[in-house]
Amino acid sequence: MAQDAALMSSGEVALPEGLDGVVDDWSADKQTFIVPWGKAMMWIFLLSDTFIFSCFLISYMKVRISTPVPWPNTSEVFALSLGGAPIPLILIAIMTFILITSSGTMAMAVNFGYRRDRAKTALLMVATAALGASFVGMQAFEWTKLIVEEGVRPWSNPMGAPQFGSTFFMITGFHGLHVSAGVIYLSVVAWRVWSGFYDRKGTYETVEVAGLYWHFVDLVWVFIFAFFYLW
Amino acid sequence: MATAEGQQHPISIYLWIWGLLFVLSGFSYAVDYFQLQGLLRWALILLFMFLKAGFIIAIFMHMAWERLALITAILGPPIVLLVFIGLMVSEGEYTVDTRLDVFAQEIFLPAEHGATNH
Repeated sequence: MAQDAALMSSGEVALPEGLDGVVDDWSADKQTFIVPWGKAMMWIFLLSDTFIFSCFLISYMKVRISTPVPWPNTSEVFALSLGGAPIPLILIAIMTFILITSSGTMAMAVNFGYRRDRAKTALLMVATAALGASFVGMQAFEWTKLIVEEGVRPWSNPMGAPQFGSTFFMITGFHGLHVSAGVIYLSVVAWRVWSGFYDRKGTYETVEVAGLYWHFVDLVWVFIFAFFYLW
Repeated sequence: MATAEGQQHPISIYLWIWGLLFVLSGFSYAVDYFQLQGLLRWALILLFMFLKAGFIIAIFMHMAWERLALITAILGPPIVLLVFIGLMVSEGEYTVDTRLDVFAQEIFLPAEHGATNH
């Protein structure tokens, strides 16, 4: 920790910026990424996760291109009537806004963490986790509706191309798993914030690392929303 | 700026980006709601998607304030995915052409006969 702090305050020695900085960071006999190790590792994990989600989305694209059967109209499949005519994609839109809101509260939690505001940080993280949990709840509702009422299965569905079910369950299921894991992760870190663990440790960087994971979950949803639901 | 105490920025920047993400999501939802079709639909969906992704990475994930060595190490590698996408588009088109060519076309069409699930 002391080493990290020393490295980071070495900004006063004026590290070269831009491309010279890249060459300097990589070539000198020292730590390459001048950030806390947890943050560098989280970024590398997120990079690997990017490739997993990309494989899923690309395989979805591939089966959708290669089937001669019409793809189900997502705008209609995911419509929901709230007391009147069905509104297209309304539940998905609400889920999107909830996830964005949770990203906003998370970003502010990181900010208050670095200001050493223990109560606000913990409260905002709990709010983030609660919004995440409600997202998973809506997803469970959506899955139930699709499986029980619409008869969508991973191998068939009444609306069109059978690959619709397999890609839908795989992609949203894997994303939902990430949200669920994130809710647990954030709850643990929020508890540690509340109990003063990071005050004793002397740094709140763990909050930022947890935040990176959470923003990534939101980021993946942006792509799923565009490619799976809107396309 | 990024200091020994980590990333410290005014709260207002997060609130602005939060609002912006709301507006952009509203726009992409409107694309579907008003049933825009064709090239305009794909262009707008991709535009709003990349803007949202960019703001989340740059501001919420603080990438805008990181050193270039970290930015290039994380954001560089996903570029190879474009090659993968290109390969799979060409492969997918070949597959659908082959299917239409080799199998009788009517197998795929009448969904009401339940003929799609052999």
